[in-house]
Amino acid sequence: MKAGGKTFLERVASSNPAISALVVLLGFLCGTLLVIAVGKDPLNMYRAIFQVLTGWDLTRGTWNSRYIGEWLVASVPLILCGLSMGFAARTGLFNIGGEGQYIVGLTAAQFVALLGPQVPVLHWILAVTAAMSAAALWGGIVGYLKARYSVSEVVATIMMNYIAFFASRYLTQLIPGTNTYKTPNFPETARLANDWLLDLTNKSRLNNGLFIALLAVLFFWFIMEKTRTGFALRATGFNKDAARYGGIDVTKNLVLAMAISGMFAGLAGAIVSLGSFSYGRVLGGMDGYGFTGIAVALVGNSTAPGTLISGLLFGMLQSAQPLMQSRQIPKEVTYIISGLVVVFISLRAGFGLILEARSKQRARKEATRDE
Amino acid sequence: MNEILNLLPSVLMMASPILITALGGMISERSGVVNIALEGLMAFGAFSAATTHVLLEASLPGWSIWIALAMAALTGALVSIVHAFASVTLNADQVISGTGINLLANGVTVFLCQVIFHHERTNSFRQGMTAGWGGIYPTAWIALVLLVAVWYVLYRRPFGLRLRACGEHPQAAASAGIDVRKMRYIAVIASGAFGGLAGGCLVLTQTIEYKENMINGAGFIALAAVSFGRWLPKGVAGAAILFGAAVAFAIYVVNIEFLRRLPPEFFSILPYVITLVTLVAFSGKDYAPRAVGQPYEKSGS
Repeated sequence: MKAGGKTFLERVASSNPAISALVVLLGFLCGTLLVIAVGKDPLNMYRAIFQVLTGWDLTRGTWNSRYIGEWLVASVPLILCGLSMGFAARTGLFNIGGEGQYIVGLTAAQFVALLGPQVPVLHWILAVTAAMSAAALWGGIVGYLKARYSVSEVVATIMMNYIAFFASRYLTQLIPGTNTYKTPNFPETARLANDWLLDLTNKSRLNNGLFIALLAVLFFWFIMEKTRTGFALRATGFNKDAARYGGIDVTKNLVLAMAISGMFAGLAGAIVSLGSFSYGRVLGGMDGYGFTGIAVALVGNSTAPGTLISGLLFGMLQSAQPLMQSRQIPKEVTYIISGLVVVFISLRAGFGLILEARSKQRARKEATRDE
Repeated sequence: MNEILNLLPSVLMMASPILITALGGMISERSGVVNIALEGLMAFGAFSAATTHVLLEASLPGWSIWIALAMAALTGALVSIVHAFASVTLNADQVISGTGINLLANGVTVFLCQVIFHHERTNSFRQGMTAGWGGIYPTAWIALVLLVAVWYVLYRRPFGLRLRACGEHPQAAASAGIDVRKMRYIAVIASGAFGGLAGGCLVLTQTIEYKENMINGAGFIALAAVSFGRWLPKGVAGAAILFGAAVAFAIYVVNIEFLRRLPPEFFSILPYVITLVTLVAFSGKDYAPRAVGQPYEKSGS
C-alpha cells in the first residue's frame, strides 16, 4: 500500500483486541462449517445463542429472562478463572493450576458453609474469605517453588490440580452425614442467593456472585494498572532479570502473583458451590472452569475488561449447550469452538512473522528506490 | 505378598500407556519442545483405536486390534503436526498450542462419536485385547520394545545425538549442520504417534468403549513421569511403573488386607506428590534439556 500507511492486515495484526475478535470469528466460522458438514442447520446454533443472550426463543416466539440469568451464572466462574490465569500471565507465569485452586476454594467454602457459625451475611462472607485464603495459599506455594527452587510452574500446577482434586474428595467425605457424592444441605445463611435477582431473572440460579465477580474485575484492573505493586508484577513479567536489577523483589512478586491468581480461582469455587448448589459436592470429576479460564484469559489478552468480555462469550457458549442439544446440534461444537480459538491464538505468533516479513520487504523496496 | 504379586499384570496394564506416552514426551522435550498436549493426543488415539476396532472387529477378527493401534498412532501423529507447526514453524508459545489441543480433544472426539455412532461415546467392542502369558497384556511388551528402541536411537545412533543437541543448544547444533526445525518436527510428531498409540493401548485393555474424559489424567501423569524420570529412558521407565502401580493400587486397594485402611485417594494422590517433591528435591541440578520450551529462531536471513 502507500508508504507510511498501514495495510488492513498490519493494523489487525498489531492490535490485540482485533486479533482476539478475528480469532473468535474464525472459531465460529469453523464451528458453523462443521455443523453444515454434518447436515444440520447452523441457524439453529445461532438461535440457541440468541436465546441465551436475550431470552427470546425464536422458534416458539416466547420470552423468558431465566436464560439471561443462567448465561451470567455460567459466565461468573469463567470470568474469575480467566482473571486468575490472566493475573499470573501478566507476571510471566503460566498458571494451569486454575482448576486446582478452584477446587481448593470450593472445598474450603463447603467446609465453612457446613461447619461455620450460622449468622446471616457473616456466614457466607466467612465462607468466601476462607475459600480465597485457602486458594491463595495453594497458588502461593507454586509461586514459592518457582522462585526458590525454579520448579516449572506448568508442571507444578498440573500436579497441584490433581492433589487438590483427590484431597478434596477425601476431606469432604470426612464431613459428618456425607455420602459418596454429596454432603448434607447448606444452611440458608451460607448461600449467596439474592431474592431480587431471583425475581428479575425468573428463578434462575443468578446470585450475589455476580456482584463479587464485577468487584474482582475492578480489583484486577486497579491492582494491575494503577498501583506500584501492579507495576512491579508487570515488570517481573516483562523481564525478570531487568526487574531484579531495578530493585524489584522478584521472589516476593512471583509468590504474590500466584497467590492473587489463586485467590481469583478460589473465589470462583466459592461462588459455584454456595451460589449454584444447595449442598456440598464430593467431586466426581473436574468442573473444568479452571481449564476454560485459560482460554478466557488468552482471548481477553489478560486485561480486566478483555477478560470480562471473553468470560461472557465463553459463558454464552456453555449455557447455549442444552439449547443446542434440543435443536439437534451436538453440544460438542461449543467445545470445538473454544479449543480452536486457543489453537488459533497460539498461531498468533504467525501474524508477527507476517508483519516482520512485510516490513523487511518494504525496507528492501525503499532501499532499492533510494539507490 | 501374594496379593501384590497378583497385582503385577494390572500394574503393567496401567503402566504401559503411561510409559509409551512418557517416552514420546521425553523425545519431544529432548529436542527442545514441551508437549503438554500428551493428554489430548492420548484421547485422540483412544478414540481412533476404539472406532477402528468397533468397525473392523467383525470383518477382520485377529487383525482388527493391530490395525486399531496403528490408526491410533497415525491419528496422534497427525494431530501433533498442529503443535509442531505452531511451536516450531511459528515460534509460538509451546504451552498455548498444547493447551489448545487438550481443549479440542474432548470436543472433537465426542463430536465424531455423535456423527459416527449417534451417541456421546463409541459403540462398545465385543472383545478388547486378550491378555497373554501370566495375564500380561501385549501392551506391556510393546512398551518394553519401544523403551529399548528409544534408548538405542537416542543414545546409540548419530540421529539421537543430533536430536538431543537440538534440545541442549540449538544454535550450536545448527552450526554443525543440523536442521533444527526438521529434527524438532520429527520429535514432536513421534511424541504424537507415541501418545496416540498409548491412548489406543489404554482403551483396548482397560475399557470396552471410548467416552468423554476417559484418559482422566494419564497424559498428565506421563508428563510428570518425564520430569520425575529426569529425561532419561531408564528414569522414565521407573517413573511410569511407579505411577502405574499407584493407579492400580488406588483401584484394587479394597482387596488387600493391610492396605484397606488407607483411603483410595491416598494412592491416587501419590504420583503427583512424589513428582512435586522430587522436582523440589533435585532442583538446582538441571536435568531438563537446556533449551526446552524455547523457540529456535534462525539468526540472520
